Amino acid sequence: MQPTLVIRHVVAALLVVSSASAQDTTRGVRIGLTYAAGTKPGVVVLPGKGPGADSMRAMVQRDLDYGDRVEVIALEGSALADASAASSPSWAVLARLGAAAAVQVTPTSTGMHLVVYDVAKRTTALVRDYAAPPMMRSREWRSIAHWLSDDLEESLTGVKGVARTRILFTRGNRLWSVDSDGEGLVVVADAGTPSSGAWSPDGSAVTFNTLAPAQVLVKDLAGGQTRTIASGPGVFISPVFAPDGANVIYGHGVDEGVDIFIAPTAGGGGHRLSVGRGSDNVSPTFSPDGRRIAFMSGRAGHPEIYTMDADGTNVELLTPPEFDERSHRASPDWSPDGRSVAFHAMIGRSFQIMTISLRDRGLRQLTSDGRNEDPSWAPDARHITFSSNRTGVKQLWVIDVETGRSRQLTRGPGDARNAAWSPHLLSYSRKSRVTAGIPTSLET
Amino acid sequence: MTRRTVVVSLIVGTVALGACRGKPEPAPAPAVVVAQPSGPTQAEIMAAEAAKRRADSVAGAARAAANAAAAAEAERVAAALKATLSQPVYFDFDKDQIRDDARAVLDGKAAILSANPTVTFLIVGNTDEQGTAEYNLALGQRRAAQVKRYLTSKGLDEGRFTTQSMGDAQPAVKGTDEASYQLNRRAEFQSNNLPGALARPRG
Repeated sequence: MQPTLVIRHVVAALLVVSSASAQDTTRGVRIGLTYAAGTKPGVVVLPGKGPGADSMRAMVQRDLDYGDRVEVIALEGSALADASAASSPSWAVLARLGAAAAVQVTPTSTGMHLVVYDVAKRTTALVRDYAAPPMMRSREWRSIAHWLSDDLEESLTGVKGVARTRILFTRGNRLWSVDSDGEGLVVVADAGTPSSGAWSPDGSAVTFNTLAPAQVLVKDLAGGQTRTIASGPGVFISPVFAPDGANVIYGHGVDEGVDIFIAPTAGGGGHRLSVGRGSDNVSPTFSPDGRRIAFMSGRAGHPEIYTMDADGTNVELLTPPEFDERSHRASPDWSPDGRSVAFHAMIGRSFQIMTISLRDRGLRQLTSDGRNEDPSWAPDARHITFSSNRTGVKQLWVIDVETGRSRQLTRGPGDARNAAWSPHLLSYSRKSRVTAGIPTSLET
Repeated sequence: MTRRTVVVSLIVGTVALGACRGKPEPAPAPAVVVAQPSGPTQAEIMAAEAAKRRADSVAGAARAAANAAAAAEAERVAAALKATLSQPVYFDFDKDQIRDDARAVLDGKAAILSANPTVTFLIVGNTDEQGTAEYNLALGQRRAAQVKRYLTSKGLDEGRFTTQSMGDAQPAVKGTDEASYQLNRRAEFQSNNLPGALARPRG
């Protein structure tokens, strides 16, 4: 699928004062209209004034575009500068552009000022102020802009956006974290060969495994402290938090296969949940209610996805029975809405991302180009990030499960793998959690 | 050399005298006595000492050479033993079974380990990059465990072996062809307590 961003050229006068001649001009310069009325609301992000306004506008437009729930109607050329001069929206023109809403973000002395206009009702729908640090494009500043975008998406569609999220992944034997828009790349851990990580339910910590020494760690992202949850000989594989954050589950094995283990986050050692009898049992993922665990097991001779109760009982094969020993289904991730499990499967001689519905076991194949693996759901249960070598090197990509539209998330050198999408994040640090980003006024 | 010349001159002189008389007289024993010098001269002593020094020097050099050769041989043997201990073993695609070629390598290790009971080992299982990352970690662990099982089946104490998996995280070679993949499907051996002189396996 191609990006569905709708680009419309409009002349300067359009958004300032509506006129018959301006409307006629519009008709002649429209290009590439893919907007389907009624499918997604069209949104115009009006230019704001002041230092940082253009950056904010660009970020909000991009966040809304990546959210795939609204059509961002982009204004180009001289329309931008001239439209900035508008003191109030031109309702008729916005309606003609197919906009259900118009949005304006303006920098203030204390942060960002958001105004949302309802085009159909010709009213101001929402006014909200966000406290943001003065340093433009700092991580905090960008975090607040993403927060604004997510609120905006919620006000427009009823569903909170996922701009203010981050993705953990491994590259070059380091654990990295990157913003949902591909910016803000940082190293989270680099000692002991980290191999995969996952977020705590509130996004304030990550758990990850290292191979040498073999262990499971939890790192508090605000304070930076790291503590060991489990360690010893053998191997510890792909730990994840339980939905209540109280426990971490992971694959662990020494000399007799690999089983799923559970250990309290507070410490105290782990115990075995699965009974693999020498087979491989890895990649556990909790259902959102914490009652079931999906995992990969090789107990039938080839890797398939199974589910079991949180105490390790009532094991069931989830993926359709497959008797071909080349069958390979792995890396399950339970969707945040609880309705399906994403995984990758051997199709032909490569891996492709698939989902299986928990209601009717219906399968969907989401990718076909290159080798695609290790899916991880976004908190909106609509987007999935995964690793793909479709451009040569393994990079992280994001796919919209509804439309199949995909975009490249990472671009650095070396293979990016084992992505884990964060929940909605509050903030990058304790300090800002208290002082920044608090809406200071709300009007609807 | 000087003394021999004197003796030869005397004998030659005696024979010549006898020949002149036409009838040989018995060779006079005293001639030998006459020929015997009363003691070594100073020059003769110095010469003898020099000769001994030369001989000692030659012998010393020979001894040193022999020692060096022995040391080199010991070093070669030690290096060979260490090489055998650190030699990786290789696996078939998606398998943890010990192949025949690996069996031979492991038998060599087992013999050395029997002769060196203090040596302990970390066995690290590795995989190629095909397959799922998590699956590869489990597969690497299975490979390390199989190697450990094989070595302990040779009578070695299992407490001497620790297993670990690096999955596909540390390929021996880069490359996406089968030859590279084969080199990456391996178990490696690390020890941090190898003695300076490894005992040679018996038999």
